[in-house]
Parts: sequence; structure tokens; C-alpha cells
Amino acid sequence: MIRYIRWCAYFCVLLLAALLVNVARVQVWESAAYGANPANKRPAIERYAQPRGNLLVDGRPVTGSRDSGQLLRYERTYTDGPLYAPVTGFSSQTYGTSFVERAEDALLAGTDPGLSAFPLWYDLSRGRPGGGDAATTLRAAVQRAAYRGLGGRRGAAVALEPATGRILALVSSPSYDPGLLSGTGAKVKAAWARLNADPAKPMLNRALRETYPPGSTFKIVTAAAALDAGVVTDVDAPTRTPDPYPLPGTSTLLPNAGTGCEDASMAEAVQWSCNTVMAKVGVQVGLEGMVAAAERFGFNDEGLRVPSWVSRSNFDTDMSPDQLALSSIGQFNTRATPLQMAMVAAAVAHGGEIETPWLVDRTTRHGGGLVRRFAPRTLGRAMSTPTALRLQELMVKVVEEGTGRNAAIPGARVGGKTGTAQHGVGNAGTPYAWFIGWAAADGAPQPAVAVAVVVEDASAVRGDISGNGAAAPIARTMMEAALTGGPR
Amino acid sequence: MPPPALTAKLTEPEPAPPPYSDARTPKRRGIELTLLAGAVLISVLGHAYVGLAGGVSTSTSHYAAGLAVAALLAHLAVRIRAPYADPVLLPIAVLLNGLGLVFIERLDLATPGEAGAGDQLRWSGLGVGLFALVVFGLRDHRVLQRYAYLSVTAALALMLVPVFFPAVNGAHIWIRFAGLSFQPGEFAKILLAVFFASYLAANRTALALTGRRLFWKLRLLPGRVLGPILAIWLLSVGVLVLERDLGTSLLFFGLFVIMLFTATGRIGWIAVGLLLAALGAYAVGTLEPHVHSRVQDWMNPFASIDRGEGPGQLAQSLFAFAAGGLLGAGLGHGQSFLIGFAAKSDFVLATAGEELGLVGLTALLLLYGLLVSRGFRAGLALRDPFGRLLATGLASIVALQVFVIAGGVTGLIPLTGMAMPFLAQGGSSVVTNWIIVALLVRLSDSARGGGAGGPG
Repeated sequence: MIRYIRWCAYFCVLLLAALLVNVARVQVWESAAYGANPANKRPAIERYAQPRGNLLVDGRPVTGSRDSGQLLRYERTYTDGPLYAPVTGFSSQTYGTSFVERAEDALLAGTDPGLSAFPLWYDLSRGRPGGGDAATTLRAAVQRAAYRGLGGRRGAAVALEPATGRILALVSSPSYDPGLLSGTGAKVKAAWARLNADPAKPMLNRALRETYPPGSTFKIVTAAAALDAGVVTDVDAPTRTPDPYPLPGTSTLLPNAGTGCEDASMAEAVQWSCNTVMAKVGVQVGLEGMVAAAERFGFNDEGLRVPSWVSRSNFDTDMSPDQLALSSIGQFNTRATPLQMAMVAAAVAHGGEIETPWLVDRTTRHGGGLVRRFAPRTLGRAMSTPTALRLQELMVKVVEEGTGRNAAIPGARVGGKTGTAQHGVGNAGTPYAWFIGWAAADGAPQPAVAVAVVVEDASAVRGDISGNGAAAPIARTMMEAALTGGPR
Repeated sequence: MPPPALTAKLTEPEPAPPPYSDARTPKRRGIELTLLAGAVLISVLGHAYVGLAGGVSTSTSHYAAGLAVAALLAHLAVRIRAPYADPVLLPIAVLLNGLGLVFIERLDLATPGEAGAGDQLRWSGLGVGLFALVVFGLRDHRVLQRYAYLSVTAALALMLVPVFFPAVNGAHIWIRFAGLSFQPGEFAKILLAVFFASYLAANRTALALTGRRLFWKLRLLPGRVLGPILAIWLLSVGVLVLERDLGTSLLFFGLFVIMLFTATGRIGWIAVGLLLAALGAYAVGTLEPHVHSRVQDWMNPFASIDRGEGPGQLAQSLFAFAAGGLLGAGLGHGQSFLIGFAAKSDFVLATAGEELGLVGLTALLLLYGLLVSRGFRAGLALRDPFGRLLATGLASIVALQVFVIAGGVTGLIPLTGMAMPFLAQGGSSVVTNWIIVALLVRLSDSARGGGAGGPG
């Protein structure tokens, strides 16, 4: 019997070996595959087991975390959610993340290796450093001025620091409260459905992800192209342009909104926003020159990140002369994001150079140690410095005695350009009101802020006066706030 | 009334064991006490750590006192009544039971409102009490041989009773009475082991040598001896069908085949047994919906995810094991409570796997291996066929049970509702396992020179 008991023992050893081999298979070989199974809740539980790091504006958090007591423990909260939504985006346990919440997700969630001096320690101990904080480049005063100025009307506003590319304000209107999407459950699903079905599209980031015909604000690009190409050498010389101007190769006559554009100089054309002169100048520069100029400003670039991606602004590369003429005054297929037009204003303000626009100033550990600091990066040169300085003079004139008087700030040097963009079938839609500009404090060597404002449902008064009426006052309060209001 | 054959066998004199003396056979009770202290210390530290990880002040001092007192009581019982017993058996049982309580406490923290640790501690106390009672009361294991037919009658009765009670989670294996739930099949397995050992010890000559030869080495047994075998096989399938309990019937059948083989040494019987078992399992696996779905789950544990219904229990269990990886998430840092209602009972091993990792789980399985091997060792050292068969049977019960449940929750074999010995929540299970260990202690004491055959 002894022999058979031994055999039984060997059989049990065999069973034990089978168990151990199978357990090793599950825990080592298949471990990663099971861990990555979408039905496995562990990654989500771990992700939300600690409070998320915060986004800061002017050094103060505009986000927070709430202990929900659920399986996914910490939910995102937002102070002033609608005000900062286009910047922060949402951080939802159901719908993921967007914008800076997405771009800095690893840092905020605490998985960024930079958060730890010894990343390997956390691997071994299975612990995690607390989520880090990300300080935005926003200035609350500028942001608030823009948000209040738009007042719930559809539109967007962007303010940049021309010398560095820091985005001081990024507003999309109407907005929404991203806190509604933070958690899980029926309430969040209902809010998501409602926001997506809203005809006003509150979740659309109009500042970064919507393109509009830029209308007359594009004339700054055309003027820069003409000056750099030598098509116009003296901005005060008459241009011999008829009013109305027949589009080349067609019998269509391009009119002006105001009078006094016949044979106007480029200075007068910018000051009074003459379609005829700028259309003709654009044709004189030629397709190749205009495309090159527009692309130097950032048009047709799909790669821009702030750090969230930005929609491509369009300037067609294959057009007939009459289409080029319309494109040169910001119509036809020319489309721009509000950020793109703020970059145009910033290029003029910064002597022709464009700094990469950026939303995250620096990131820190939970305790405060620096992880990364924002370093300005040049995106490229849009025009020569003399051209930029000449355009600054022309834009100042627009505000001092031209179509943009509503943007004037007492005691500051302000340059601007209004725009009214027609759109819709047969231009039937209510025109978009535009204003781009920049401002320098009195005596300052260079402008401290550049802005772009677009208001979709501008008042029905046609003509450039609506850019001045609807958009310029918003731009003025933003620039005022940037020059004076609030600490950095 | 036992048939004359049995009593006749009993009256035959056993070969007398060679005389032992204390000088030649060390008792090793000091080693047992040291190992016990280690087992209690490991369990208490685990308990305290779980409390820290859960951020709740738990009753670690109560737990420590309870476990230490129980261990000491059991040790004293062994020291007094079974001084030659294997010194490893009791410490392993204490360590496994202690760790089981830690895992249940840990899962309690994740599922407040379904606390199970308190009940389990009380059941464990009862189990240790019964351990001491068996060690004290059963002076010689051969006494059990006399109660073979009483045992099998009681076992059958215990197994059949739950049929008349409502099903719980699809299986008729519980008795709910006065707020206590009780699994009689657990006790039945000890009684069956006693019966098999007794029956086979009495009839092994007939089983091994008689019968008409069919072909090669296979002989047809005479109906008188074959009858009980067929009856047991039918019984195991009957239990499975009536109670929808694949695990228990698998265990009973495996136990019987192993003991039959040990008694006769005839491979042919194993082959026949496995063939019959396979036929029965196949029939039930395809015809019985409850069992059929278990087989389906085993073949594709993620089917419910693909259907959009979320992970099932087995998938959650596999996720838990996988999350543990090599080193584990650490006690109290896993999410094995996601498995759901059976996390503390059938799936408690998943908590061990997730929180202790492959390293800890291997150690745990090796502990079971050591326990089983010590059972077989007692069987090898014993001199009476009944004792040998009983030790082999009891060790095989533990081994089969560990294999069936651990293989089930890790996807090696289809899942069957069984309790991991000592580790899982379940009163009848923990009590039964303490009795098994008590019997093994008694058997090993006899084997190493104690009670049986000696004075008293």
C-alpha cells in the first residue's frame, strides 16, 4: 500500500504544479492583457482614488475635487466653471477629459514621471505621488472682462501677450459648467445630452475650434503682404483704385461700405476699411505672395497646439484673381479662428514676430516643487520689423480717427482693425462683428496685449460700424484690464 | 449492524508496531509552539496592516487575543493527548485560518454592512474547540473503523437533507435554520472518508484479487463488492443533479477513486472510474443548465463583456489575480471586492492573489501542499490499513478541494462552488477542516509512536 500512497502523493504534486503554472500564467503572462480589458474597473478606481491636481489662474485654483464616496472616489469641481471652461475643458469620469484637463492629464492625475524624484520608488511601492498643479497663463481680470463683454452672445475673445505668446484670456460664449459632467450616473448623462443638443453649442470652443470669415480684419495680413513684397512702398501714396472695383476677369463690382475710398492711399484704406483698395492690392501681390504671407501668420497650419490642438485657419492656395481679390478682404474661403486673428494683431504688436501661443505657464508638484516651466518659443516671422512698425501706425489711426474709435483707451496707445464678415447663402446671415487690436501703456516701449474679438450675432447694422459697435468695446475692456487691472 | 466480514477483519491482530521510546522519537512540541507563535504573529501583523490600509481602527487586539488563545488551547490538547503528533499540522491550520480571517476582515472594510469576520471568528473558535475535543476524546483512530456503516448512513442523510430546503444561488447545498446557514455536505466528506477507509481496509483483498478476468489486467469484480462502488458513483452523480453541486460530487468521486487505488493498487479501476466520471460529468455538463453555464463561463470567461453585460464573477476573479502580478498590490490595497457576493467565500483566493501577488499565492498553495504531504506522511508511517487509508483519504480531501476551487477561480477548470479550506468564509467548512486536522494529528501521533497500539 505504501507504493500507492506515494503515487497518490505524486498525483497531488502534479495537481499543485498545474495550479502554480496556471496562476503564473494569469498573474504574469496575461496580467497586462487582463489589466487593459476595458471591463476592468481597476485603472479607473486607481485614477480617481486621490484628488486631482488643480488648474490655477493668477495663482489661485479654479478647480477642486470632491469626495463622492463612490467607487470612483474624487470628482472634479469647478469654481467659475463657465468662465474658464474653454481653457480648462472638463474632467469627467464618464466622458474623459478635454482641453488643458486633457493636455495636462498625466500631471493632474499624478502619473507624470516628472512628479517624482524617484519614479521607480512609486513603481515598487505601488503608491502614487499626489496630482500636480498646472498654473495657466490666464489673467482673471482680462478673462472676466471678455466674458462679461460677450454677455452670453455667441462669440469668442482671445487676448495674448505679444512678446511671449502667453494667452491672457480665452473666452467662448455661450459657455457651460464643466462640473456638470464630472461624475457618473444619470444626471451626468442627462447634462451631456442636453449640452450636446443645445442649438447654441455651449461646449463648442469658439476661440480655438471654430473658424469664421475674418472680414476686414484680414486686411492687416494683406497690407503686410503688400508692404513686404514692395507692391506698396509709400502708404500715403494714392493707389489709383476705382470705387466700386470690378473684380478681375468678371463683371462683378466690389463696393465699399463707406465713401472716400476712390484712389485712397493704403493708410486711408486701413483707416476706413476700403474693400476696393485692399482687394486690388491683394491681386497685385498675387496668389503666391498672398498665400505665403497668410501662411507666415499661421494660416493653413494644422499643427498648432496651445497645448490643446487648434483648428486650421484657411487661406485657399488655388484661386482665380477675382477669388483672390475677395479672399484678400477676408471673404470667399478665408476663415480664421479667433486665436489666429489675435496672433495677427500680436505679430504687428511684436515687431513682426509671432510667439507660439501657450496656456500653461508652469507645472508644479503637489507640494510646490517645479516640474516644468513655460519657455516662449518663436513660431516664425510674419513680416519685417519696418512693416510691423508702419502697420502699428496705421492701426493706431483706425482707433484714433477711423472705424475703431470704440476701442480707444485714454492714456494708452491702442491700435486696432474692425471687421464685418458676411456669411451665409447670398450673405443672408447676420454679419459677424470682428475687432482685432493691441494696446501699450503710455510710455511703454511695446504693446503688452493683443486681442481678437468676434461676435456672431452682432446687431443688424451692416457695415464696418458693427465691428466697432459690437466687438471693439469688448476688446477695449480686455485691453484695459490687461494694462491696469489685477496682479500678474 | 456491521456485517460479519468487517468485525472479522477487526478481530485479526494488527502487526505490533516496533517499540518506541522518547529517546528515539522526539516529540517536537517545542517546535510546534514556536511555529504556532510565528503563525499567530504573521496573522496578527496582517490584520493590523489591513486596518491601517483601510484607515479604520479595527479590533486587532481582540483578534490577536482570540487567535493566540485558540492556538494555545489546541497546542495544549496536542501536547497532552497526542505528544508525538506531527508538529507542522497545527501551525499550518492556524496560519491558514488566521490569514482567512485577515482576508475576510479586509473585504469587510470594502463592503460595510456585510461584515463576515465576526461570525467567521466565532466559527473558527468552535472549530478549534472541536479540534481539541477530537484530540482529547479519540484516543485511538481505529475506533472509527467500527462505525463505518453508521458513518455512511449519516453521510447520506446529511447529503440528502438540503434537497428539501430551498436553493441558494442555484444550488441545493445549504440548510437555513434559525438564521444560521449550514452546509452538511462538508461534514459528509469526513464520514465518507471514514467509511471508504473502513470498507476498503476490510475488502481490499477481494477487490485486488478476485473477479472474472475480462481482458488484459482488467477483472470484473463480484457483484457483492462491485455494488457499493456503483452505488457511490450513482450517488455522486445523483447529488450533483439533485443539489446542483458539481464540486462536492467531484470531490466524493475523486476521493473514492484515490482510496480505491490506494487499497488495491489497480490502475484499471482508476481508468474505469475516470471514464465513468467523465461520462457523468459530460452528461450533466450538457444537460443541467446550472452546470452547463459554469462550463460555458469557463470556456469563455469574457463572453458577458462581449455581450455588453459587464464582467462576470470569473472574469472579475481573473482581473483580480492579474492585478496582483508578481508582488501583489499589498494587503488592503486591492479591489477584489469587485467580484461581488462570493468574494469572501468561493473567491477568497482572488483577494490573496491580488494583494499578495504570485509570490504570496505560491507560498499559500505550498502551505496547503505541506499540509497534504504531512497527511500522506502519516499514512506512510502508519501500520494499520484503515489508518493508512484514512490518512490518505483526508489528505486527498484537502488536496482535491484546494485543486478544484483554486483551479476554478483561476480558470484552469470549470468553476464549482467550494470553499478554500480554512481560508474561505463559511462556518461548516472551517469547522470540518479543523476536524480533519484533528484526525490527521491523531493519525500522525499514532504513526510516530503515540496512542495507537501503545498503552491506553
